[in-house]
Amino acid sequence: MMHYFDTVIVGSGLAGLRAAIEASKSGSVAVLSKLYPTRSHSTAAQGGIGAALGNEEPDKPEWHIYDTVKGGDYLADQDAVEVMCGDAVRTIVELEHLGVPFSRTPEGKIAQRRFGGHTREFGAAAVRRACYSADRTGHAILFALYEQSERQGVHFFPEFHVLDIEVENSRCFGLVALDIRTGEIHTFNAKATLIASGGFGKVYKTTSNALASTGDCLGILFRAGIPLEDMEFFQFHPTGLYGLGILITEGARGEGGILVNGKGERFMERYAPTIKDLAPRDMVSRAVITEVREGRGIRGGDYVHLDLTRIRREILEERLPEITTFCRIYMGIDPSEAPIPVLPTAHYAMGGIPTDLDGRVLEDEKGSVVAGLYAAGECACVSVHGANRLGCNSLLDTVVFGRRAGTAIGASLKSAEKGEVSGEGIARAKQELDCILTGEGREHAASLRDELQKIMMERCSVFRNERELRQLVEEIRVLKERASKAGITDRGRRFNTELLEAVELGHLLALSEVICLSALERTESRGAHYREDFPERDDRTWLRHTLASQTEKGVEVRYKPVAITRFQPEERKY
Amino acid sequence: MNRKNYTFRIQRFDPEKDAAPRWDEFAVALESHERLLDGLGKIKDFMDGSLTYRRSCAHGICGSCAMKINGKNRLACQTLARDMPETVVFEPLPAFPVIKDLVTDMDPFLEKNAEVLPYLMNDEPPPERERLQSPDDQHKMLQAITCIMCGCCTSSCPSYWADKEYLGPAAFVKAARFVLDTRDRAEDERLSRVAHGQGLWRCHSIYNCVEVCPKEIDITGHIALLKRLSVKKEWAGRRFRKKG
Ligand SMILES: Cc1cc2nc3c(=O)[nH]c(=O)nc-3n(C[C@H](O)[C@H](O)[C@H](O)COP(=O)(O)OP(=O)(O)OC[C@H]3O[C@@H](n4cnc5c(N)ncnc54)[C@H](O)[C@@H]3O)c2cc1C
Ligand code: FES
Repeated sequence: MMHYFDTVIVGSGLAGLRAAIEASKSGSVAVLSKLYPTRSHSTAAQGGIGAALGNEEPDKPEWHIYDTVKGGDYLADQDAVEVMCGDAVRTIVELEHLGVPFSRTPEGKIAQRRFGGHTREFGAAAVRRACYSADRTGHAILFALYEQSERQGVHFFPEFHVLDIEVENSRCFGLVALDIRTGEIHTFNAKATLIASGGFGKVYKTTSNALASTGDCLGILFRAGIPLEDMEFFQFHPTGLYGLGILITEGARGEGGILVNGKGERFMERYAPTIKDLAPRDMVSRAVITEVREGRGIRGGDYVHLDLTRIRREILEERLPEITTFCRIYMGIDPSEAPIPVLPTAHYAMGGIPTDLDGRVLEDEKGSVVAGLYAAGECACVSVHGANRLGCNSLLDTVVFGRRAGTAIGASLKSAEKGEVSGEGIARAKQELDCILTGEGREHAASLRDELQKIMMERCSVFRNERELRQLVEEIRVLKERASKAGITDRGRRFNTELLEAVELGHLLALSEVICLSALERTESRGAHYREDFPERDDRTWLRHTLASQTEKGVEVRYKPVAITRFQPEERKY
Repeated sequence: MNRKNYTFRIQRFDPEKDAAPRWDEFAVALESHERLLDGLGKIKDFMDGSLTYRRSCAHGICGSCAMKINGKNRLACQTLARDMPETVVFEPLPAFPVIKDLVTDMDPFLEKNAEVLPYLMNDEPPPERERLQSPDDQHKMLQAITCIMCGCCTSSCPSYWADKEYLGPAAFVKAARFVLDTRDRAEDERLSRVAHGQGLWRCHSIYNCVEVCPKEIDITGHIALLKRLSVKKEWAGRRFRKKG
């Protein structure tokens, strides 16, 4: 089936929906999502969304900018950070007006709490900057945006899985998707195509990400020749539930929780004397793993404790009800009485599809734009998070840059040509499916995925080194080879999730290779990318963004400069 | 660790092959702390790739994995092996059309939601900053805003089984969420959308919905509130008509 819309958006998380609300003011909008819209992983965001509202104590956008730049270990593009933090207050107020049920201060204003790396007066002390709705902030915002986009007549295509995005001669014409329910292929022709497909934490074994977070659209664009930026920077959140990876929000430490090792020490005092447990995530995750490696895990084991027993029970119940329930259900623990076993969990991709400040996708290091193609949210790299994202800055990123992309699209529609997806894109998508459906291979795609997740976790997570990365690249290549011969048992057309999981595996493998090669090239340590063999940050050589592209010769890595406006790189201490 | 063998008895239906639903059994070993969703994953990954169900977040927040497990609607990702007997029976959510295996068509359910005007309505010019709302007022919505639209409630409701045009509990929770929001200005309009024969008055307080809600929302309490407000409005209308 063939569809025409002015704008086609992939993804119904915060970024896609905020863009949809904006773009639908100027033309027809279709939103495709492989899940029902409100099942998008934005719904899992717990702790908060950052803005210097100053509702609980004095705060300034200027301090927010500084924290974001420093938190990102100076790799963020500062012009983009200025845009994001400068627009934060307006953004939150607008969300409130759209209906988001934020928690409130006694005066009835939006309540705010402390979060990692957010400080007042350029690092003097932690500041209350995260606006929250208990610990269900993502859920609260996602529903409000979904409700408002429905009201505005956005057309939703739930359970449509995007298989191909057509980019040719620096121009995008639309995309090809599978209606999961019927197994029918649909083409969507559009003047503007926005990718808002979220993260890809599923490259790792232990992750806070959803099973659907497989980075399909990054894989699709990468194979179409679009570069991927800063893929070596993958954030591990220090407090995933032990054994499960389910997230316990940083807000828990923002409300007074602390990390404790097997000797009962509050070890973050040693690593970040000023803001301690509220240091940025890359530092806290390294600290946790270091404690464990040096034998100071709980009972010498491979985890530490997150102690929330210091927080009053009423506060836990009021501000952190969701994580309290998680602890009860999954660990059998009442966090007001017993400490929670935690370990770092793969959480957030700082890297992604390179874009300018209005979401336009860039196809090279010179900044050439792909006409008609936009990206926003976690799948994009503007870059506002640099080498390490601060907590509560991602939700802000999705809404600020989702809106900006929507506005830019709206303005472009009048002069944009109407494109049409060629037979080639459709053929490519069909062939991809047929190849899996008729393949005679015996190996399970699922076991290959498990192997991939395990080796990525072992060799390319919080600590990395050349030897293991080299080995990993080889192992991934072998897995890719095996995957090309994998087979599935379900040969039906309707709701064939086994087929789609096999498609997703292809993207996970491609992205893993990019992460790994980008990490191998960067011989320094910065933010979330820590090389044991190169433990120092090296601004002289490496204050630049990585751009990895697929070429005929394989993956090629190039670089582009970082935009620095007000803050020169300094040693990062907390 | 505490590993135990379970028998998963699963209702299967493939529209391309089966004329009617059939049953399959699988032997699954699970640690006591593992989720039933993990068990379904083991089957799909290593025993029968065609087993079909929805899932995404795996920790009870996205609402994808609602199904009937041992006679009760629940989330497979929020139900642990240790709380289950040796035989675990899986069926799709009752009363929704089955698409394949444990996947049901949620469209009719979600369409009901749209009927209650599920968005904040307030045409007054917004202030420069946020609209103020006291913590107490915000707390009134607390339960209703945790709804994840999983469908457990509506699918467990005998009134819904009897009449598929009945709005059902989830739509009422959504209506209540906005009626309880001090920032909303569309109470009358919303109430008129729910207070009718296939709306509120079809709820007989059977409490199945409350029993199955994975977020422990007092759904019947919210319905009672809507009923109360609707009656009040009705009486106010009558007085007004008499006077007029
Ligand atoms: C547990 C958790 C807690 C978090 N807490 C916070 C927090 O407190 N504060 C904060 O700032 N950030 C937080 N984050 C990060 C933040 O939530 C995410 O980065 C953000 O929500 C991503 O939003 P998005 O709109 O980019 O993508 P998502 O919400 O992930 O949406 C992606 C969309 O793309 C669709 N999609 C993907 N692939 C395809 C395809 N092939 N075809 C069709 N559709 C497709 C999906 O169906 C989905 O609709 C948290 C993240 C996690 C995992
Ligand atoms: S998978 Fe999200 S609720 Fe179960």
